[in-house]
Amino acid sequence: MNADLPVWAALLVAFFLILGSGLTLIGAIGAVRLKSFYQRVHAPTLGTTWGTGGILIASIIFFSVTEERLVLHEVLIAAFVTVTTPVTLMLLARAALYRDRSEGVADTPGFDGPSEDDALD
Amino acid sequence: MSGVILASAVTLSQFFLVAAMACLLYRLVRGPRAQDRVLCFDALYIDGMLLLLTVGIRTGSTLYFEAALAIALLGFVSSVALAKFLMRGEVIE
Repeated sequence: MNADLPVWAALLVAFFLILGSGLTLIGAIGAVRLKSFYQRVHAPTLGTTWGTGGILIASIIFFSVTEERLVLHEVLIAAFVTVTTPVTLMLLARAALYRDRSEGVADTPGFDGPSEDDALD
Repeated sequence: MSGVILASAVTLSQFFLVAAMACLLYRLVRGPRAQDRVLCFDALYIDGMLLLLTVGIRTGSTLYFEAALAIALLGFVSSVALAKFLMRGEVIE
């Protein structure tokens, strides 16, 4: 553990670390407590947006201060997670909608509607 | 002083992340359907990646960053393949 870190930097890193991991925990609790899949699909995105963002900001501040230069390679992970999470979750929600409709699960929107073409292909 | 702040913050943050992974694991085991399991698997690897980043801050080494990047890359591909499998019944048509 680096003890040569200034106190302001340590406080900033601690703040962003606890913000990020706390929001990730709240999202995971949401994934357990929410009732239906279509509600649950929203909860873990808390961890992929601000959860990842907070911990990456903490990592950027920590390594920038300790190595005394701007360390920005964490931005790669942030950009990648930001781009890929909506793709994954939209594919997954589409697959869930298709499965629920074809099995006739109650409370599922029917095939008629503006999204008819998207749901079937 | 700053070492104590940092050590306690990293420990608390790792505790939060492990608790989040335990919640997701509960949902992964309990189901009820396959899409819930894929959703939790997707969130689990993101949490594992974040845990590796906190280990990187704790040890002060940038080595863990590469591992986290590899997990982020591979997890996306596997989640998309699983979602495609749920939709069509096969991954490569």
